[in-house]
Amino acid sequence: MPVNASDDDPGRAWRFRDAALPYLDDAYTLARYLLRDANDAEDAVQECYLRALKHFDSYRGPAIKPWLFAILRNVCNAEFARRANAPTGATDDAADHAGQTPLWHEAQETPETQMLRRLDATAIRRLVAALAEPFRETFVLREIHNLSYREIADIVEAPVGTVMSRLARARAMLRSAWLAQEEQPT
Amino acid sequence: MTCDEVEILLHALIDGELDAGHAREVEDHIAGCPACTAELAAYRQMSKAIAGAGLHYTAPPALRRRIEAALPQTKTPPSRRAVLRGFAMGSAVSALAATGLFAIVLRNDDAERIESEIVSAHLRSLQAGHLTDVISTDQHTVKPWFNGKLDVAPPVVDLTAQGFTLIGGRLDYVDARPIGAIVYKRRAHVINLFVAQTASTERRAAKAESIQGFNIRHWGEQGLNYWAVSDLAADELAEFGEKFEAAMRGGTAG
Repeated sequence: MPVNASDDDPGRAWRFRDAALPYLDDAYTLARYLLRDANDAEDAVQECYLRALKHFDSYRGPAIKPWLFAILRNVCNAEFARRANAPTGATDDAADHAGQTPLWHEAQETPETQMLRRLDATAIRRLVAALAEPFRETFVLREIHNLSYREIADIVEAPVGTVMSRLARARAMLRSAWLAQEEQPT
Repeated sequence: MTCDEVEILLHALIDGELDAGHAREVEDHIAGCPACTAELAAYRQMSKAIAGAGLHYTAPPALRRRIEAALPQTKTPPSRRAVLRGFAMGSAVSALAATGLFAIVLRNDDAERIESEIVSAHLRSLQAGHLTDVISTDQHTVKPWFNGKLDVAPPVVDLTAQGFTLIGGRLDYVDARPIGAIVYKRRAHVINLFVAQTASTERRAAKAESIQGFNIRHWGEQGLNYWAVSDLAADELAEFGEKFEAAMRGGTAG
């Protein structure tokens, strides 16, 4: 798409700005959930935009949001690698350590639907932030950013089937944590 | 289909990701299985609660400024052609940009360049879903928001009684410098009032301009330069400028 690809072509920066800046809040939201720290999220988003500008010439539409998110996720993963206290490579198998209660079949053992108490945004954000990776990123991309399984699969570089099972797992964990939340006096 | 399979597939059902054949299979199982029916209802409820909770964050204005400042064109203002190309991206104005091309390209002095940047900033504010950094109809909320963000304190005047509703404020960039924008609305029309410091303290009478189909009204008073830009008709924008200046003289600025 770009005619002139030089770095100092102001028209290119202009096009990038018009295309990418509308997603600044989205990018910041994703970074907040991935990094769980406001300052780190700001740094990651800034780095993401600089990298995205650098690679804008190789960007081929249609959707710029998933493209930005893939870059942002790489930046965040690099940040994790840098952090000394990084949650070390959470895998699908490792996630059982994250929940406080056995999660997977609990709901089936209690067939009558337990209604979820209304929680405010802050409380729900805290529950989401407590999800282990890679379930958290999948969950956030689906529930907060409304991306399709295909788009999520491309961003997290996993098959669609994996996205589906991670999402099912993430929701089960969140629901258990949500129900547990109700029992705590506030 | 078994409960174990449905336990995962019902999420794809909720998300509308199943093809028709699989969706029917899952629905058939759920219809005959109270446990899975309860599961589906519970997860639907949770998804709804999450969607309605507003879990998005808003990027801090400082982050937006840092990123804007890091983009090349904020260091070297774009050429006229680049500005026009920016315009051309907004489909609604591309036709106007084409007809106005020569008029713009042939003008070269600073004032004209700044005015076209003002229009460009106005356009961006409408396109990017970034009209305001601070949303408030209260002048005493909007004015303090600018504190520390600019080297001037833009006056914020409530003109609601005069038919111009205060919407909020925003930090923008014009001529490679941060500039305060105070946002008003009349009916569905947005007015961006850009305020920047100037060396001259003498009053400059208002001057009306039209660029790319947008009307600009520019005046200067008490060391501040003002540009009001809108798609409002010129006479209504003039009315806005006069009411604003009258309010300033009346000392009702917040």
